[in-house]
Amino acid sequence: MNTLPQQLANGLFLGSMYGLIAIGYTMVYGIVQLINFAHGEIFMTGGFGALSVYLYVLPNGTSMWIALPAMLIGGGIVSVLIAVGAERFAYRPLRGAPRLAPLITAIGLSLALQQIVFNTYPDAKTDITFPQLPFGPLHIGSVSIQSGSVFVIVAAPLCMAALALFVSLSRTGRAMQATAQDPDTAQLMGIDTNRIIVIAFAIGGFFAAVAAVAYGLRYGTVKYDMGFQMGLKAFTAAVLGGIGNIYGAMIGGLVLGLAETMATSYIDGIPGMQQLGGGGWSSVWAFVLLILVLLFRPQGLVGERVADRA
Amino acid sequence: MRQRSMVILTAVLTTGALTLTACGSRDNSGDSKGDKKTEIIIGVDAPLTGQNSATGLGIQGGVQIAVDDANKNNTVPGVTFKVQALDDKAIPASGQANATQLVQDDKVLGVVGPLNSGVATQMQQVFDTAGLVEISPSNTAPELTQGKNWQTAKSRPFKTYFRTATTDALQGGFAAEYAYSTLKKRKVFVVDDKQTYGAGLAKLFKAGFTKSGGKVAGEDHVNTGDTDFSALVTKIKNAKADLVYYGGQYDESEKLTKQLKDGGVKIPLFGGDGMFTPTYIETAGKTSEGDLVTSVGQPVDSLPSAADFIKKYKASGLKGDYGTYGGYSYDAATAIIKAIGAVVKDGKIPDGARAKIVAEVQKTKFDGIAGPVSFDEFGDTTNKQLTVYQVVDGKWKAVKSGTFNG
Repeated sequence: MNTLPQQLANGLFLGSMYGLIAIGYTMVYGIVQLINFAHGEIFMTGGFGALSVYLYVLPNGTSMWIALPAMLIGGGIVSVLIAVGAERFAYRPLRGAPRLAPLITAIGLSLALQQIVFNTYPDAKTDITFPQLPFGPLHIGSVSIQSGSVFVIVAAPLCMAALALFVSLSRTGRAMQATAQDPDTAQLMGIDTNRIIVIAFAIGGFFAAVAAVAYGLRYGTVKYDMGFQMGLKAFTAAVLGGIGNIYGAMIGGLVLGLAETMATSYIDGIPGMQQLGGGGWSSVWAFVLLILVLLFRPQGLVGERVADRA
Repeated sequence: MRQRSMVILTAVLTTGALTLTACGSRDNSGDSKGDKKTEIIIGVDAPLTGQNSATGLGIQGGVQIAVDDANKNNTVPGVTFKVQALDDKAIPASGQANATQLVQDDKVLGVVGPLNSGVATQMQQVFDTAGLVEISPSNTAPELTQGKNWQTAKSRPFKTYFRTATTDALQGGFAAEYAYSTLKKRKVFVVDDKQTYGAGLAKLFKAGFTKSGGKVAGEDHVNTGDTDFSALVTKIKNAKADLVYYGGQYDESEKLTKQLKDGGVKIPLFGGDGMFTPTYIETAGKTSEGDLVTSVGQPVDSLPSAADFIKKYKASGLKGDYGTYGGYSYDAATAIIKAIGAVVKDGKIPDGARAKIVAEVQKTKFDGIAGPVSFDEFGDTTNKQLTVYQVVDGKWKAVKSGTFNG
């Protein structure tokens, strides 16, 4: 059996999820040059928000087709509120401070959010079961797609297309581009940069919530520390694609997802490489790829368009 | 300006440090006024939060009930027992820090734990140096009692370490025998999580299975904390295996089995006692149906001797899963309490009590709630019973119990 189509599909699903989260890193970086290390936790709270809607807001036994939009909205609200709150209370007061200060704040915020969920959410000390879509795997040729993956393969391109249209066509979107290029001049031109920054955080938060719902549907559980590893991988994806560029984030995510999948499946088949292949080594190969890309293209695969920034 | 803030900072730090020191010394001195009984602490080290916490809390609960029983029955006159449970989060370094904390407290005369073999490797030396007895209800790595070269030349590395669980050397082989003879499986795909426990289990299963005449269709490893196994699932599918053996804990295997069945690979997953918890079935849902585990001893639910224990556990409102190691934890704590009873008379702790307790534990012989409790020359239990469990209608059901001697 040729496993390549299936493995490509696996990589695509995983990569789409990385890409959705990476958007949050890249948008915030593009506008305020801050690496929001709490973004992984914003992703996690989105998952818990969606789960709470299902468990505590909707009546028992609601069909997943009705519940899913409600969960997306609920998770989105939680993530957006936390992302915007983080911006307002943790990052904005430090806007003029040296770069290191907001970075440390972000790490602190990340730990705080994780511990808050861990200590307050009922049964959050281990995995919590996430509701599943009520249909079995789909089969297209030799590729089988799990029900949970169908969501991400539909949602990720939709989100991405909507974002691309928003950024290139709407007034606010163009204001964002202007702010990313030069915040001071943008402000002189009458753009409310604070508002633009809030919108960037909000969009990143919402995308993270979509990714978190995708995560829950795909793996069947959410957990208080799920944001750590996913956040790290998504950040890698953002850097791989070229941090600051939204298309780069999506492409970086897909490349990273495919690289991990390929490393798991094929490297141990190469003669003499048995010891260096398999699932245990997938992250190693993903990071080797990152280093190679950065060696030859320091600006990332797609690269930031503004090259002259210090 | 800058200098002044430095001065303030230094002052604050110094004050803080002094306050903390004061707190520390007050805690250690303890207050012995009022109650005339001597307080003796049984330490517990297990993961109480995070990964494996369901099983870890079951250990804490088992010890708690043993201690409550001893206090109620006045098993050791003049002594009140107390449990001090420390959380190792399944991290070896945390276990070592906890061990260091426990040996420093003179009131601690015995420790039950840890849950994980990997954590135990970092704790044994600390307890051995302090001469404090440690009984694990669940460690199954053979080298903990029989030394690094246990396959060729057994030698006991630490005389303070005992366990009421039997070893992987038996679990892996027992599983292989069941898979080959009873399930009639011939092609297995072996996956492990590269940890002391998981890799050991997988290696022994493989050895036993191939010795019987079965074939290994493929092998792979995962990292603890991984969630996406889709690439691995495709590999397993392609290998056309009729069974997956997983060496590791439930945290990864519950996701692996779900993704396996969702990916259209309808073969059972077989694992060790690290998967043997209700959480596994809860998380994996229907996809866990038909999956198998081996576990040490006999199911505590099926033992008449444990009926009273289960009743108390359920009535106490203690959290965690008593099913896997609760009974062994109870027996481990009871062994320590009995040894203390032989050493501590009228509430007086003699000099060198810890060493005497170790010697007493070695001589342990009583009927525990999970079977007869006694230790061989390596500190291993002499009760080498194992059981295969299978998920049937959303519950773990014992399908075969037996003894296995390799």
